[in-house]
Amino acid sequence: MNVAITVNGQTREDDVEPRLLLVHYLRDVCGLRATNVGCDTTSCGACTVHVDGEAVKSCTALAAQASGSDVVTLEGLAGDDGELHPVPAAFRAEHGLQCGFCTPGMVMAAVDLLRANPSPTEDEVREGLEGNLCRCTGYHNIVRAVLAAAAASSAESTDDAESAA
Amino acid sequence: MIPAPFEYVRASSVSEAVAALAEHGDEAKLLAGGHSLLPMMKLRLAFPSVLVDVGRLRSLSYARVEGDQVAIGALTRHAELEASELLRREVPLLPEVARLVGDRQVRRRGTIGGSLSHADPAADLPCAIRALDATLVMEGPAGSRRVAGAEFFTGYFETALRPDEMLVEIRVPRRPGERAAYEKFVRRANDWAIVAVAVAGDRVALANMGSVPLRATATELALAAGATPDEAAERAAEGTEPVTDMHAGPEYRAHLARLLTRRALARSVLVTRPDM
Repeated sequence: MNVAITVNGQTREDDVEPRLLLVHYLRDVCGLRATNVGCDTTSCGACTVHVDGEAVKSCTALAAQASGSDVVTLEGLAGDDGELHPVPAAFRAEHGLQCGFCTPGMVMAAVDLLRANPSPTEDEVREGLEGNLCRCTGYHNIVRAVLAAAAASSAESTDDAESAA
Repeated sequence: MIPAPFEYVRASSVSEAVAALAEHGDEAKLLAGGHSLLPMMKLRLAFPSVLVDVGRLRSLSYARVEGDQVAIGALTRHAELEASELLRREVPLLPEVARLVGDRQVRRRGTIGGSLSHADPAADLPCAIRALDATLVMEGPAGSRRVAGAEFFTGYFETALRPDEMLVEIRVPRRPGERAAYEKFVRRANDWAIVAVAVAGDRVALANMGSVPLRATATELALAAGATPDEAAERAAEGTEPVTDMHAGPEYRAHLARLLTRRALARSVLVTRPDM
């Protein structure tokens, strides 16, 4: 069947099997390999991407369901000049990863969380990332990274407000 | 894991979906958020040959007051139930339960109609529906019919839905400010309940204490007869036949039912605030 999906800002049409999972579409058809398949059972969140602006687990969605939608993967967060998005930048600065396998999903879930709640408490970050598992159990630095990204973006918006004034 | 091959049909209306079901019979399944059906298909526990995608029927995503009831569209997502001010005011139990379904990502995709139709005895929303005395509205080729929540769940993953019917609406009596609490016991983040208990007013429902969500009748009768909440909670497992699985046996489940009922009854008093 034919699907038309906007992936990281570019609309593409592909002929796919109805049973093709969104995560396999992104990795194998689009060649975007940041999104990982972890548990493959909607638990671990390594496959988290944004569909129409919301974080979803792409191992439990069909490419067919996403036809007509706007999908963003970790690759799509980078600026045009390849500059790191503030959330992955904070993961790097705060050492928010060990093996790195959960990181793409963690980052996409964190970006979504901060969009809904720009200044979360530590508890809200931990609860908000409930759907993303880190088998290295590196949660402390992950939570620290998300809080740092929140603080950096609130400092930036304060700067903007001050320079505008 | 990859599901077995199937034909995919995207329905643009309820009548189109029902027509597709009528055409393909029990070979077809409705796909809403897909967060129960797709995992089962990947594990080859389900292998429908036609999937009728109703996930884009956003007109079935609503919660509105109609007389003395609140009508909720079957495609309302868990995250929407959780965030609904109207539900918080009129049916406080529903947002309280919805916020504990799965995790943040899952609540974005999963729908109330999908969860009820799937009828997993360990699921959260079927338990809530039992506690709320809801009525379920189903649409089929011959028109629509209504079934009480108590009659909707007929067995383990089985409902009163016929193969050519779609659950389109859930109707719940308005009970503004009713005391409500949901206690769910899990061992891992975003897991299914080992046992869960929903309290709404003087009604108590149990998840995963049998093949269908149940009312804790003995507890309700004890409360009505003037027992203290703690005394009534002791009777929560009476008449149930919980199963054994990798997490727990019947005795432990009965213990959890009593414990969680006690907690839910105690907490439901505390969360009754006019602003909830």
